Amino acid sequence: MPAPDADRPHVVLDRVSMAFDERPVVDGLSCSFPRGRVTVILGGSGSGKTTLLRLVAGLLRPTSGRIEIDGTDVAALPESALAPVRARIGMLFQGGALLDSLSVGDNLALPLRERTRLPEKRIAEIVAARLDSVGLDDRVARLLPGQLSGGMLRRVALARAILLDPEILLCDEPFSGLDPISVKRIELLLSRLNRHHGMTILIVSHHIASTVRLADRVLLLLPGRAVAGSPGELRASPDREISGFFDEDLDESLEPSGVATRLDPLDAEPRADGSTPG
Amino acid sequence: MRMLDAIRELGFRSLGVVAHLGQLLLFLLSILRASLLPLRPRRWLEEIWGQGVLSLVIICVSGLAVGMVLGLQGYNTLVRFGAEGSLGAVVGLSLIRELGPVLAALLVTGRAGSATAAEIASMVASEQIDGLRMMSIDPVNMVVAPKALALTAVMPALSTLFILFGIAGAWLVGVGLMGLDGGVFFSSLNNAVRFEDDVLGSLLKGLIFGALIGLMATFRGYHARPNAAGVSAATTSTVVVTSVAILIVDYFVTALWGFQI
Ligand SMILES: Nc1ncnc2c1ncn2[C@@H]1O[C@H](COP(=O)(O)OP(=O)(O)OP(=O)(O)O)[C@@H](O)[C@H]1O
Ligand SMILES: [Mg+2]
Repeated sequence: MPAPDADRPHVVLDRVSMAFDERPVVDGLSCSFPRGRVTVILGGSGSGKTTLLRLVAGLLRPTSGRIEIDGTDVAALPESALAPVRARIGMLFQGGALLDSLSVGDNLALPLRERTRLPEKRIAEIVAARLDSVGLDDRVARLLPGQLSGGMLRRVALARAILLDPEILLCDEPFSGLDPISVKRIELLLSRLNRHHGMTILIVSHHIASTVRLADRVLLLLPGRAVAGSPGELRASPDREISGFFDEDLDESLEPSGVATRLDPLDAEPRADGSTPG
Repeated sequence: MRMLDAIRELGFRSLGVVAHLGQLLLFLLSILRASLLPLRPRRWLEEIWGQGVLSLVIICVSGLAVGMVLGLQGYNTLVRFGAEGSLGAVVGLSLIRELGPVLAALLVTGRAGSATAAEIASMVASEQIDGLRMMSIDPVNMVVAPKALALTAVMPALSTLFILFGIAGAWLVGVGLMGLDGGVFFSSLNNAVRFEDDVLGSLLKGLIFGALIGLMATFRGYHARPNAAGVSAATTSTVVVTSVAILIVDYFVTALWGFQI
């Protein structure tokens, strides 16, 4: 592992283009993601947010351009050479992407069984510890993914994503389709991973409230251009196309009024004083 | 100009078919390459068991029904020439040489082939395949190869089972219903069937059809569009394309196997 260089960005995209069937989805995008920071990627539907995450993970190959992770150009590596890079990346897929046919416990144990030579006893301990860290108890391990609620499924998927202690965590819409309490839980977990473990986190989200609370930086994908900045900067931008993303909080307006107050104990502004509840 | 357009269209279509066949060949090579490293005997056994069990009942029931129809038709035709004693030979040979492998393969395509395509396609749509790739687990090795190999391995067995139930069905009708002598039925069957031509050819057909189903079903599933429409398209096209391919390949295998001996 190269020595972490705190000043250099962790992930750099250099004039990256991606087209599906000749139709450009990402067009000459250059941007960088700082080490140990949370960057939220915002953009309209179909603006290429998921595509961007998949490019960084090496799941898609760009039509042109460089994608550097710690200085390694993943776009140039063949699938077989991606293993060492992927060992440092965790990905939280939108639907969880757990294997339907395996129990939760086996799903979590799978990467350990495949990638390490740990004895079964140690694997079981790690699985239990990871489940605990996302607030689930050991009994969940025996259930099949299909038997979990949406919020539990998302947390199990997060546990799998962070199983091998990645340096980079990619999250595709981690809050979508969840009830407000589950949103808060995931939000706290992500912020804790970032602050206690220094994880570089990229989040694709439509949830503006969580974005403003979590994000150190926001990357806004607009038609034909991309804008990056702190949430405050973008919100104060004179350009309506940019600030417009922040004024109407659709997620909050959809929630019944009063939910925010009832959530108070959990909603302790995780980033304000440096202490995380739970 | 019309003519030119038509020719150009034909050219594009043929190029498309060639490209598709090329993709299929590359996929076959990737299955062969990925099937051994690492070796997953447990996954293979699971899949062989699963695929076999999936088709077992329809194979037995259909085999019996087809055998009974053959027995009835065969008896009614043969009796006109006073040759009803050859019922065992007629039914047995048509089942062993043609109907067993082909009908069993069509049934397995509809049952296990479509299920395989749907299962892999929905793993693509729900990003389970990508999840495996993120863990540096080769999905071809873990998911695709065991399914393709299992379909190849179970087909000769299922085809044989179909034939046995078919012969039993013909026996029920000919001997049980029409009063043919059981000894005559089996001795005519026994005298007509030659092991090297008929039985080996039948097993070979089963194996080839099985490989065809395994390859097509996993290919269609793996290359499905990552959404619900992609899953159903993969399932339907697997059944249609594989069924037609089985009938076409059957002709060539029959011709080549026949001439060789
Ligand atoms: N595998 C693919 N094949 C063909 N087109 C694709 C593929 N993946 C994505 N696209 C297209 O690329 C465009 C961007 O897709 P992407 O999923 O990145 O958007 P998104 O910003 O994540 O949108 P959403 O907010 O709806 O999730 C869409 O128009 C989509 O149809
Ligand atoms: Mg998306």
